[in-house]
Amino acid sequence: MKKDQNLARLLVMLAVVFALMAALRPGQFVTMANFGSMMRQFPEYGIMAIGISLTMITGGIDLGVVGTANLSAILAAKLLIGAVPRGAPPEQALPFVALAALLALACGLACGAFAGLLISRFKIPAILATLGTQQLYTGIAIGITNGRPQSGLPLLYSNLGNTEFLGLFPLSFLIFLLAALAIGLMLSRARFGTCMYMLGTNPKAAQYAGLGNASILVRTYMLSGLLSSVAGLIMMARANSAKAEYGTPYTLQCVLIAVLGGIDPNGGFGKIAGVTLAVFILQFLSSGLNMFNSISNFYRDVIWGGVLILALVVNSLLARREARLAVRRGARATRA
Amino acid sequence: MASTVLKVEGIEKSFGGVRALKGVSLEIRAGEIHCLAGENGSGKSTLIKVISGAHEPDAGWIEIGGRRLTRLSPIEAISHGVQVIYQDFSIFPNLTVMENLALNMELMDKRAFMNYRRARAIAARAVSQIGFDIDLDERVENFSVADRQLIAICRALLQDSKLIIMDEPTSALTKKEVKALFSVIKDLQSRGISILFVSHKLDEVFEISERYTILRSGENVAMGSTDELDRSAFAFHMTGREFSEESYRPAGPRGDPILSVKGLSRRGCYSGISFDLAPGEILGITGLLGSGRTELVETLFGLTRPDSGAVEVRGNRARIRSVKEAIRHGLGYVPSDRLTEGLFLPQTIERNTVIAVLDRLAGGLGLLRRKAVAETTARWIRDLSIATKDPSLPVRTLSGGNQQKVVLARWLANDLSVLILNGPTMGVDIGSKYDIHALMRKLAAEGLAIIIVSDDLPEVLACASRIIVMREGAFVRELDPASTTESVLSELSTGVA
Repeated sequence: MKKDQNLARLLVMLAVVFALMAALRPGQFVTMANFGSMMRQFPEYGIMAIGISLTMITGGIDLGVVGTANLSAILAAKLLIGAVPRGAPPEQALPFVALAALLALACGLACGAFAGLLISRFKIPAILATLGTQQLYTGIAIGITNGRPQSGLPLLYSNLGNTEFLGLFPLSFLIFLLAALAIGLMLSRARFGTCMYMLGTNPKAAQYAGLGNASILVRTYMLSGLLSSVAGLIMMARANSAKAEYGTPYTLQCVLIAVLGGIDPNGGFGKIAGVTLAVFILQFLSSGLNMFNSISNFYRDVIWGGVLILALVVNSLLARREARLAVRRGARATRA
Repeated sequence: MASTVLKVEGIEKSFGGVRALKGVSLEIRAGEIHCLAGENGSGKSTLIKVISGAHEPDAGWIEIGGRRLTRLSPIEAISHGVQVIYQDFSIFPNLTVMENLALNMELMDKRAFMNYRRARAIAARAVSQIGFDIDLDERVENFSVADRQLIAICRALLQDSKLIIMDEPTSALTKKEVKALFSVIKDLQSRGISILFVSHKLDEVFEISERYTILRSGENVAMGSTDELDRSAFAFHMTGREFSEESYRPAGPRGDPILSVKGLSRRGCYSGISFDLAPGEILGITGLLGSGRTELVETLFGLTRPDSGAVEVRGNRARIRSVKEAIRHGLGYVPSDRLTEGLFLPQTIERNTVIAVLDRLAGGLGLLRRKAVAETTARWIRDLSIATKDPSLPVRTLSGGNQQKVVLARWLANDLSVLILNGPTMGVDIGSKYDIHALMRKLAAEGLAIIIVSDDLPEVLACASRIIVMREGAFVRELDPASTTESVLSELSTGVA
């Protein structure tokens, strides 16, 4: 019941934002060009938002996603730039592109595992542990690049990354859909997903039920790291380079998406379907606002911050109402 | 005829479509100890909240301090001398005992700064009222549940009260502490304070109260003088069911021990613990809080590790280093604090029931088989007669007794050989208590080995096939329940003859 109401609310919001933008900027917003551009923009932060959502469901948070994404991308870029000579034919570049992608994914897993260990073994609050890892990973990334963008990637990489299917859907968009479906299925149907929800609800009871809290946490942060590295590879393809400071504002934006999408910041509740809708809502808002010359980009942070706080307040009020209704339903079910 | 402190009549209160109180009356006389009894969900708590001003009644009136009111605000209730000690005590765990005790007084005097000398005097006076020996500078979170409750009681005693309402005050106290509490209550009575004692425990009602009111499903079912009430009538009024108090003869052990504990020790908790447990046995372990009883069984379940000693399961050495390994050896544990350790309160009844057997309900790719999950849940709801129509509701919507059955179902759904229950019926209504006892006996008869850890001595005597008393981390003596009594057990646990 709760989930359906939340999804219904998000669908209404999506429709309202869409209708508003379409009405105010019909010639710009409702165009193939705009949709094509939006589909190229949101996958990178949408995938990181899914990662953050996972960690929030277990009662934590991962503020290190952007650092992980950039570090992974930089390692991949260094490998590609070092191994593939300029102007090499695609056949020669292909194995190195695959190897670089694997290296990036492995880096994401390792970054996540480290954060997971800090949180589960050393009992450091997730928000502090990942604030630390974010700084650490960004710092390493800056250190090994001297802060310079890593460009000169083989042509094959950006060609692959910007492939369009059916002349419309970019590869990154399909990767986002795949990630959302797989993670959504895992949360709603898999044993591991249930364990994550239960751990996020009550870690002590999870311990007494023998769920193995430490291993669940480490695996959750590894998953978040893996998704971040995928986002890093997408960013690298779009920018045709890797840099330690790409996508810095994404951290707050991803937290905003998770909360707007109905992930309970106290852990234990939330669905990927909601997060996906929230990604769309935010992209519509963001693209739409770009079309208003009178709204300066400098106000963007004000808008995102305001929306985040509004979403938190509304969710808190709704949760209170839900709890009251649930008690009543329970009383009725017991009496019946 | 004594004067009346508080009288309510015809109180009605509905929440949504549910009528919690359907015209309830209650009269408390000056200086009396009045017991308000009823099962969970009978409307006791709602009635208390009406009296303390937390809920506004839909109909009926309240007579207090000579005035007849249709509603009462919390401030008015306090100014009329009504104090409530709730089950959650409402104290601050991160503050010291002294701060907790003195804070209200300081706030009421509208002081901006704490004066520690004055605060200490207030706190010392508060604890001395019930002869409570406690370190005033220790943080409250470092004390047991029982001590925290006594702190909450001390704090209420500081206010100038005419009527003190205690909501299930004994649910977490040991025998000795209950005795201490009762003497405090008698002392308060001698000072002219009335007590409304909310309980569903029959022995307490008989021991402490002069008059009683029993609620069932939001209605008065009986009231009068406690002298004229007998046990079977009490149980009948509470539940509307007749219980046969047959005495239980355990079948006793069958075959070789399934669990052997040999010289198990953990520093500061327990030492030199040895015992065998065979299928079909119900071993009762009793002792005061802090006797090491909980620490011992938590080690058996892999939550902590022993410093020395060994555990054998089916004659083989078992190194149980985690709860997962304990479960693999066929152990199940119902913890003492159902709300924080046992249940995932806002999650569904279904998830709470199947959480320990997810492995068996998962198919390829670790995906859960929905049908198997639903069938397992339905089976245990039926087998343990858990009162719910809809397993997709949060488990917190269930009553205490039904919640406890969910925790039990979680372990029974596993292939279990040893079930450990810590306080199996703590905070559970009579009807569910009866059901849980019957279930334990049935399981033992089917060959399960059971350990119950409890300081509810009648319960241990009624259910166990043998009893071990613990004191200060050691086994004091093993007894046969057929040839021992509550007072013997009580003396052995306290060490006071």
